[in-house]
Amino acid sequence: MAATTTTTITTLPDALGHFGPYGGRYVPEILVAPLDQLEIAYDQARADDGFRDELENLSRRFAGRPTPLYHAKRLSRHLGGAEIYLKREDLLHTGAHKINNCLGQGLLVERMGKKRVIAETGAGQHGVATAAACALFGFECIVYMGEEDMRRQSPNVFRMRLMGAEVIGVDTGSRTLKDAISEAMRDWVAHFETTHYLLGSALGPHPYPRMVRDFNSVIGREARRQFLDLTGGLPDVLMACVGGGSNSIGLFHPFLEDERVKMVGIEAGGRGHRLGEHAARFSGGSPGVLHGTYSYLLQDEDGQIALTHSVSAGLDYATVGPEHSWLHDQGRVEYVSCSDEDALEAVKLLSRLEGVIPALESAHAVAEAIRRAPDAKGQSFLINLSGRGDKDIGIFRENMPGLG
Amino acid sequence: MSRIISAFERLRRENNRGLVAYITAGDPSPGHTVELILALEQGGADIIELGVPFSDPIADGPVIQKAGERALRAGTTFPKVLDILRNLRTRSEIPVIIFTYLNPIMRYGFARFASDAAAAGADGALLTDLNIEEAGLYLAEMQKHGLDPVFLVSQTTPDDRLRVLSRSSAGFVYLVSRAGVTGERDRVSDQARRLIERTRRVTDLPLAVGFGLSKPEHMRALAPYADAAVVGSAFMRVIEEHQDAPDLADRMCGLAARLKEGLRIPVEAEDGR
Repeated sequence: MAATTTTTITTLPDALGHFGPYGGRYVPEILVAPLDQLEIAYDQARADDGFRDELENLSRRFAGRPTPLYHAKRLSRHLGGAEIYLKREDLLHTGAHKINNCLGQGLLVERMGKKRVIAETGAGQHGVATAAACALFGFECIVYMGEEDMRRQSPNVFRMRLMGAEVIGVDTGSRTLKDAISEAMRDWVAHFETTHYLLGSALGPHPYPRMVRDFNSVIGREARRQFLDLTGGLPDVLMACVGGGSNSIGLFHPFLEDERVKMVGIEAGGRGHRLGEHAARFSGGSPGVLHGTYSYLLQDEDGQIALTHSVSAGLDYATVGPEHSWLHDQGRVEYVSCSDEDALEAVKLLSRLEGVIPALESAHAVAEAIRRAPDAKGQSFLINLSGRGDKDIGIFRENMPGLG
Repeated sequence: MSRIISAFERLRRENNRGLVAYITAGDPSPGHTVELILALEQGGADIIELGVPFSDPIADGPVIQKAGERALRAGTTFPKVLDILRNLRTRSEIPVIIFTYLNPIMRYGFARFASDAAAAGADGALLTDLNIEEAGLYLAEMQKHGLDPVFLVSQTTPDDRLRVLSRSSAGFVYLVSRAGVTGERDRVSDQARRLIERTRRVTDLPLAVGFGLSKPEHMRALAPYADAAVVGSAFMRVIEEHQDAPDLADRMCGLAARLKEGLRIPVEAEDGR
């Protein structure tokens, strides 16, 4: 019985992109055919050893894979409970896990013969990774970014432009990730013949949730092998932050059949529990459709999408990748949230004790580990440190008086 | 017989083409909408697409996006749109299609939506981001309450899918004339005519063409081929620019009349059909 359940969990989505009731495809009709073409191109590439070799080669020589698994001994000792290990995706080229997906989709774009790439970005990490991949492959690159995010993640705006991308500010709605995705979709509806939409998270219409998950699963495959090599066993608990959910599904997916490995996804608890003050979709939302997929969604009673808040731009989004909704309902992954304040404290502690400055997004996962570790003596926690904090220096400075 | 089917039969008898006018309900306020619809009808609109505003309208260009924002700020919810419809029905029998995105309707519930919309006097619905693969429950409820589901087809829709979407539609089929979001363009795309020809081959339903249409010359270009033209952004731009003007309704009526004039079929084109 248990075997059947795990097989089902790891073989999703179905042919129409469903994870249980979630996922699927809800798009303007004109995008159905381009999405079908993308799905076919992706399936062909996946079955092709040449594609896999090329991707592996680029991941190694361009992006810097494999990333280390690091035992954070001083942090563990300080907390006095669980042993904490960090999967160092922050050490990848461009500063976060996002490059895993961008290299995969970039190779796919090359195969499809398209020359123009559009992308959305929240924290700017996906935008930077897309800009780097486009420079590498020689594609025209346009990145849509909410104006609020451009302000709070300005170093990344500059980096994208330096690598030749055009960054277009979006001034509608909350001027954050949600609005950037809407604008990218509007561009794609008009230019699908020449343009690939390089969606950066495991969400949106089928086949994106599956494809983005697959390209990021290298995180979990590597981490699983490294953890076995290092300790001779598997970790007790995996932890990763969940915005759209690409770094977390990338870590979780290769462990789904390891039934004794617990998993915790950490959402942005923001500054309060009222709608508009956070981005905790599982505790504050209900299923609905946004940006082409059916998943847990922060919405008001009329089905209008709610505004969200998080100190971290990459987690500040109203819906979540559909596979997470499925894993949530199955009880396979536990989803919790962590406040802005706790994330900022986690940044300080990890920086001081380990010499590692995490991105604000990843700091949410570190914060949950800090909360749980003291009561978890004898256990091991594996945290996906999905990105580095260089881009957040401005926010740290605003929130950490006394450091200059 | 549904009001939509009667409208197309009347148009056929009169050897005329239909004007489908889109208006965002509640823009600039819910109190305006009935008067504006009556003005559109007086100007010659044959069918109304009544937009329920949604916070994240990915298929719409800036004009309809802003219309939706104004309507939401004015407190327009789906129950308020039903009030508007009920008021309209005391004064007009013009066919009305509810036009919106999936999430507000899903939240309201498909069964409740179809039953309340039919009771309020709606004739059909079009949900831009509800693809046919996911539409089973919606279609069952629409049928149960005698509402016409209208689906969009586009230049990228292959013939076998055109057939499925036409078969699932009632009243008419909505043809997206070009790639891109809603909004005014200079000329009618060449894609439009090819799509009309392909769709004619798979269905007998009337064909309405929309996206990018705003001028009488667009109407003249389509009149020989399409059964109706859909205009939205041009009307919403009038509201945007003249929302406080005392003659807002007259302006909407005037634009509808000019567009409708463009849809009259020239005698020579009639022979060529």
